[in-house]
Amino acid sequence: MGTNTGSHQTAAVLSVEGSAVRCAGNWTVADLHPLDQQLPRMRWSDQATLTFDMQAVQRMDTSGAWLLARTLRDLEARGTQVTLHGLPLAAQALFDLVREADGVPQQPPRAKHTPFLVALGQGSLLALARWGDMVAFIGETAEAAMRLLLHPSRIRWAAVLRELAQAGHKALPIVGLLSFLLGIVIGYQGGVQLRNYGANIFVVDLIGLSMLRELAPLITAIIVAGRTGSAYTAEIGTMQVTEEIDALRSMGIAPMDLLVLPKLIALLIALPLLCVYADIVGVFGGMVMAKFQLQVEFGTFIERFSDAVSLDSYMVGIGKAPVFAAIVATVGCYQGFQVSGSAESVGRRTTMSVVQSIMAVIIVDAAFSVAFSYLGI
Amino acid sequence: MASSDEPVIQIRGLSTRYGKHEVLSNVDLDVRRGEILAVVGGSGSGKTTLLRHLIVLARASAGSVRVLGQDASTLGEQALLALRRRIGVLFQNGALFGGMTVLENVGAPLREHTKLSDRLIDELALVKLALVSLDADAALLYPSQLSGGMRKRAALARAIALDPELLFLDEPTSGLDPPGADALDDLVLSLKAALGPTIIMVTHDIDSLWRVSDRVILIGQGRVLGQGSMAELARSEILEVQSFFQGPRGRAAQGRPLT
Repeated sequence: MGTNTGSHQTAAVLSVEGSAVRCAGNWTVADLHPLDQQLPRMRWSDQATLTFDMQAVQRMDTSGAWLLARTLRDLEARGTQVTLHGLPLAAQALFDLVREADGVPQQPPRAKHTPFLVALGQGSLLALARWGDMVAFIGETAEAAMRLLLHPSRIRWAAVLRELAQAGHKALPIVGLLSFLLGIVIGYQGGVQLRNYGANIFVVDLIGLSMLRELAPLITAIIVAGRTGSAYTAEIGTMQVTEEIDALRSMGIAPMDLLVLPKLIALLIALPLLCVYADIVGVFGGMVMAKFQLQVEFGTFIERFSDAVSLDSYMVGIGKAPVFAAIVATVGCYQGFQVSGSAESVGRRTTMSVVQSIMAVIIVDAAFSVAFSYLGI
Repeated sequence: MASSDEPVIQIRGLSTRYGKHEVLSNVDLDVRRGEILAVVGGSGSGKTTLLRHLIVLARASAGSVRVLGQDASTLGEQALLALRRRIGVLFQNGALFGGMTVLENVGAPLREHTKLSDRLIDELALVKLALVSLDADAALLYPSQLSGGMRKRAALARAIALDPELLFLDEPTSGLDPPGADALDDLVLSLKAALGPTIIMVTHDIDSLWRVSDRVILIGQGRVLGQGSMAELARSEILEVQSFFQGPRGRAAQGRPLT
């Protein structure tokens, strides 16, 4: 397209000499940027009429045509008469098309600016509504769970077992590795202090109590939130995007029964079991550290362990696990149902699901500590 | 620049295999500059694979694919990217980026590949939106807020953002109501008249084939079963071609009474 003055690549140029404006080069999207930067600083002559000579323009596409049309529009708005000549036929057609394309406003539309107070108010109301949604979701889940308890035959055991394998069995390696390492760290840090007092044997108390009461349930819940809670959100969220949730509803299947409850049941079983496993592996990690750092032999360790750690401590730790499981499953599924429309929303909700469930787990754990100290357990 | 009578796409002996399954076997195809070519074929006939070759997203097992005068199999990653810049694709479901507004979606290729100012990019995006008859009001909406027809138009605006020489349309009228499909056909024809790209479209819509296409190729069992204008294909003696175009729908679109 354009007159044949060679096909070498040159950027679009525009030069003003009195009332004559000479345009040349490729007025195409790839070669337009020097001109785009130059135009706002362009000094037009004060002549009442300007003549644009387009003969040296080699090629023109819609972008070039638009830039020309905009320049002409701006000039005419200042009261300058503009004539064009030498525009090749095809480029002329493009120019007319772009010029007539209505709906291109002077200023590109911008999202409406909301005043700070309005934004604050709207944000607060939204946050409140979110809380309401969350509470409603918990209520719905509880109600569905009660119905299921009254009719245990309706429990979808196949789904529960599948989720159990996914959330429990497949999490064994990572839970094992991390709690073993945690045991080593606690053993090492405690050992350094205890050796100063010659109280080597008390490393058993330290490892046993901290692992069983606090660390094993907490680390397990955090791993499960990151591994399984996020998967729940992504799965339900993607089903939401692809309208699979609506398809389930239209078939008269409650998504609650098919998707949420099996996950909740599976996690209520899996998390305490994982916690027991983390207890064992974590204490073993501490044992290994105690042997090498403090010369506490395995036999001595286990003997001391049964004196130092009561059954209560063990039960306190395991008792927290189902609560954590309920938090992770509920938050994960709730965030999944909150997904709307796009792939980006799935990502955002998955992040929120992990952050919120870890936060809730730690807050609840703190609440447990306060409660236990009141009760003197 | 390639001379105007050289085909924009030239395929010779193209074969593609996934494992033992041969999707395309020994396909030859020329696409002339400036035509509207329609690719039709039943489900699983290999037309999607062919399309992926044409937009240089797939590599051939055998044979050569020349797109805009360049042999796709010999190009490095950088050259492929440069080649793809000259190609616009309208994907079947639009494939608009969900996290961006319509305006940002249309401006995305410009922002990525040119050094133009933000103001000019926004204006150009609005020009493209006007070319596909979308209001400036729609520019600030997100794809999830658009109707099916608007989504196709927005995606088409993005496909023509860089004034491509080759424009691919994958099922442009699918999922649209009849007036919407007619309007999209008109839009394709007017864009062709205004911007002059070579258009290659995959479609099942027989009405759209009659109205829009200059030439049609029918793909089946991984081969080109027939090619020519719609009128020629409708008269074809070849059995597979007949069975594709002579069904009740094919006849209704031709305006002939059903027998």
